[in-house]
Amino acid sequence: MAEPKRKLMQGNIACVQGAIYAGMRFFAGYPITPSTEIAEGSARELPRIGGRFIQMEDEIASIAAVIAASVTGKKSMTATSGPGFSLMLENIGYAYITETPCVIVNVQRGGPSTGLPTKVSQSDTMQARWGTHGDYTAIAVAPSSVGDTITETIRAFNLAERFRTPVTILLDEVIGHMREMVTLPEPGQIPIFNRVKPTVPPDKFEPFAMTANLVSPMPAYGEGYRYNVTGLTHDTMGFSTNRADEIWPKLDKLKNKIEHYTDEITKLRVEMMDDAEIAYISYGTVARTSLQAASIARKAGVKVGSIQLYTIWPFPDKQLLELCARCKKVIVGELNMGQIVHEVKRVLPRDIEVHTAQRYDGEILTPLQLLKKLEEVM
Amino acid sequence: MAATTEKQRSDAILTYLRPRKKFPSVWCAGCGNGIVMSALVRAIDNLKLDKNEVIMVSGIGCTSRMPVYLDFNSLHTTHGRALAFATGAKFAQPKMKVIVVTGDGDSLAIGGNHFIHACRRNIDITCILINNHIYGMTGGQGSPTTPAGSFSTTTPFGNSEKAFDPCALAQAAGATFVARHTVHHAPQLEKIIMQAIEHRGFSLVEAISNCHTYYGRLNKSGDAVAMIKSFKERAVPVTKAKDMPAEELVGKFVVGNLYENNVKTEFCDEYQKMVDMLAARK
Repeated sequence: MAEPKRKLMQGNIACVQGAIYAGMRFFAGYPITPSTEIAEGSARELPRIGGRFIQMEDEIASIAAVIAASVTGKKSMTATSGPGFSLMLENIGYAYITETPCVIVNVQRGGPSTGLPTKVSQSDTMQARWGTHGDYTAIAVAPSSVGDTITETIRAFNLAERFRTPVTILLDEVIGHMREMVTLPEPGQIPIFNRVKPTVPPDKFEPFAMTANLVSPMPAYGEGYRYNVTGLTHDTMGFSTNRADEIWPKLDKLKNKIEHYTDEITKLRVEMMDDAEIAYISYGTVARTSLQAASIARKAGVKVGSIQLYTIWPFPDKQLLELCARCKKVIVGELNMGQIVHEVKRVLPRDIEVHTAQRYDGEILTPLQLLKKLEEVM
Repeated sequence: MAATTEKQRSDAILTYLRPRKKFPSVWCAGCGNGIVMSALVRAIDNLKLDKNEVIMVSGIGCTSRMPVYLDFNSLHTTHGRALAFATGAKFAQPKMKVIVVTGDGDSLAIGGNHFIHACRRNIDITCILINNHIYGMTGGQGSPTTPAGSFSTTTPFGNSEKAFDPCALAQAAGATFVARHTVHHAPQLEKIIMQAIEHRGFSLVEAISNCHTYYGRLNKSGDAVAMIKSFKERAVPVTKAKDMPAEELVGKFVVGNLYENNVKTEFCDEYQKMVDMLAARK
């Protein structure tokens, strides 16, 4: 048997590879540091496999093109960073309400505004959940290595297709620009989910029907189901409505089609937690250094473990509560002024102390800093 | 005999309306949007396009409600972004006919950037811009085509700004088919919409229309009938306009086929050439 293909690869390029593996055939984007390599990689790779790449006039247009391409049946993605993500938010809301699968990569940098284009940050974590206006539930995933970026990008596409929703990949400047050895998955090795198509004839088709799992089958434009897609709150036929008895179920659908499946969407990496009295809770770049800090502390006999959130949204309330049941203290490490820590505080009982390790100066939290924090709280 | 033909024709047109959408429309009685919709449907009927292969895209505004009433693949999007969505749809599925309907506020203010870039790419999209010189849905505010000096709720003492000429803008930005008519000229509108759909490349049809509810009332231009009549008087065929001094064209609408370029290549075709070239290299 041939050796699996090992390659030295940049995180942003791994994202392109994962996306193509998942079936991405359409990418629209706009250059912005530190995400640009994802657009460049897509521009090189997509035309070779009959896909489509387009550089749009701005990020607003990019996400618009991505949503429309998805409605016509193509698996679609865009990539950006802070300022571009802010610009995309209105149309991301359009993807939520129209239940259009698509993937948005945010390679996070420091902000607000132009901020720190070349420096790492995790300050868009809450924006990925609450960024666009209105009521909805979001899915966001956060890789912490180049290898992870491949698998999490594939997972993001699968989740988008499965739940008919936009999915945000929260990369950060460190993961996006870092190079590591990775093994590309063989074709067929990772299951790929494609959106469910309707089986009823067009005259019986109800485009936003309330199905058992709340995800309505989605035809592509051109397949004979001529239906209406609108950003107005709509009934199950896709026509705008002002009726309370139609608005409630529609908005509940957006929430429940995801939240009822939180257990399935949740992905965590749990290390050394069996007897842990203290837990590091982290995601993205910080998960790497947290795990290292925990390993070092273990050698010194400290009962500390590490919980890494691959799925950030929906937040894994139940899992975190169970995992931390024996803990006395947790340390939430983030490259921001404190975002996920508020979720952790909401979930954990009052008798568990919640401490924070934070940086928002464009640098990473090093294992040493995390160990110092551990020493402080012990 | 002629009456029967007319009846058959109007029955055929009715099949383009969404069977399951409750009418009436959101448009005021006498609104020019209905005339443009009718011209568009007749154009599509003449061309015998397969309804399944038509994608109709719009943004936000009175005009942008049009796709909802028609039995095509309809994408009613966000304010100003219709052409960006349409670009994605066309590029993803180049075989589909993509038609955008938009208003002057939607396409030239919030969507101005997408407008010029869609023209620049010369992507095969038919853009029907219904220009009523005002924001109707939000209640009569000034738009980028509100004439200097005109009244609106945000220009209560007369407009201090200058108006865009959408056709000149489109041509300068790279569109390859540009035409204008008014809602008084329904058969002519039908004809230029047909030509625009058949044209391979970015085509703009500007339809001068009436918002008697706001523009008419605020500018004392009269009711729908009076406004539409005035379009007849103010329309100057492009052939005649060529020999007229500029000052005589003030307040007029130059109508007809203003520009056509069949030399410039279309964007999706160019991209496909690259895809084919890369496939041949393997």
